[in-house]
Amino acid sequence: MTFLEKLMQVDRRWIYLAIGVAVIIPAIKSFNVPVSPSPEVKKVYDFVENIKPGEYLFVAMDYDPTSLAELNPMAEAILKHAFIRNEKVVIVTLAQFGPGMVEAITSRLATEFNKVRGVDYAFLGYRPYPAITILAMGVDFRSPFPVDYYGTPLDSLPVMRGIKNFYNVKGVIDLTSGNTADMWLTDGNGRYGFPLAIGITGVMAANYYQYLQSGQLFGIIPGIKGAAEYESLIKRPGEGMTQAAYQVVAHTVIILFIILSNVAYFATRKGRAKSGGAR
Amino acid sequence: MTTSQLLLNGIAVFLTFCIFSFLYKDNPFYKFAERLVAGVATGYWTVLLFHTNFRDKVWDTIVINHQFIYIIPALLGIAMWTRFSKNYSWISRYSIAFYIGISSGAGIPLIFYAGIFKQLQGTISTPLAFSWAGLNAFLIIVAVLAALVYFFFSAAHKGTMGTVSRIGIYVVMIGFGAGFGLTVMGRVALLVQRIIFLKGYAIALFGG
Repeated sequence: MTFLEKLMQVDRRWIYLAIGVAVIIPAIKSFNVPVSPSPEVKKVYDFVENIKPGEYLFVAMDYDPTSLAELNPMAEAILKHAFIRNEKVVIVTLAQFGPGMVEAITSRLATEFNKVRGVDYAFLGYRPYPAITILAMGVDFRSPFPVDYYGTPLDSLPVMRGIKNFYNVKGVIDLTSGNTADMWLTDGNGRYGFPLAIGITGVMAANYYQYLQSGQLFGIIPGIKGAAEYESLIKRPGEGMTQAAYQVVAHTVIILFIILSNVAYFATRKGRAKSGGAR
Repeated sequence: MTTSQLLLNGIAVFLTFCIFSFLYKDNPFYKFAERLVAGVATGYWTVLLFHTNFRDKVWDTIVINHQFIYIIPALLGIAMWTRFSKNYSWISRYSIAFYIGISSGAGIPLIFYAGIFKQLQGTISTPLAFSWAGLNAFLIIVAVLAALVYFFFSAAHKGTMGTVSRIGIYVVMIGFGAGFGLTVMGRVALLVQRIIFLKGYAIALFGG
């Protein structure tokens, strides 16, 4: 059996090991990789940048700990950006395992940027049935969320005074790892017409670019790459940019494996065809 | 990092290795971690649903705030539980009828608008012109039509249909390729996040 034939039958655990070893390299010897923002991420940045201090940004953090690796960095970058610009932020989560995680992030960032809960931002908490909750928030935030996450009535929060529904916020950014992106598009943007952008996991990204073309989304932050781009735009490197170096190494190894396996496949195809094997 | 944080993060480190051990082969450590996740998630979700659905929408509204109109949806909710009875399961059909009726009424027009009309508009709205935007618009129209022809099974894929269908499969493959690349990035991000966590824990434990 030649080397190439052996390569075609390599145990997949060797590939896992190679990827595992590869991503440890940047952990031992860290290095930076250049990150250049894409137009779809720049549009989200420009949108947040153009909201005046005191105006409202609505952020839906519809993900749970299973996708925090990709979505936490972009959530942090957006909230940092809004807090730096002294914008008022209204936050909800429509993911059932999200509330505790979202509370931890918002509290930490609020402390870091000297923001007061209920005055500079509000975390409304979680409600089940995302589509119904979105439709109800379009009428009045107080309908699905009579109290915030901490049990305080919304009317008692200074930040919520004077705003009733989506018509009172400049736009919505949905950070999601599931089908709530579809609900925000259909029941949110489709029903109420507010400007909408999404931050999504890499797995989902290819399915949502057509909404940019149609104008239903004004921007997309795709996966950890998008998070790194947003961090570079606000000039506050975070986990997104840290992960970029790891991604480069891992992707290089994967590309090498794809090239090697294709070379092996085509080189051994003739022999397998002769012996009646797969073509 | 305090001692309690070290301890808690130590448990997280142990569970991370338990899950990663599946990459070698299935084993009791992996099974333990997997079932722990399922158990914790179920418990968390049940309590959360009780507080955000039953207590807020049923108990507080009816018993404390005396908004008795909420008795109607509460009864419809209770009726769903008759699914478990052979004799009374028919009652649940009223709840299901309400649910499907409301969902259809609210959802169908919006889905048509956002999923079909706006998408169709987006496909054809960019003018064809001798510019990059025009070329992009042309490519989108060709790609959409070719992909639609590939999935059109009422005519044999021969001649012109065959050629357009062939272009359609390339369009679909390019889409899958983009999806695969982004999926790899997402999966690697999950691994990298854990590596960064493990590195942070090792530094906290041993210094670095």
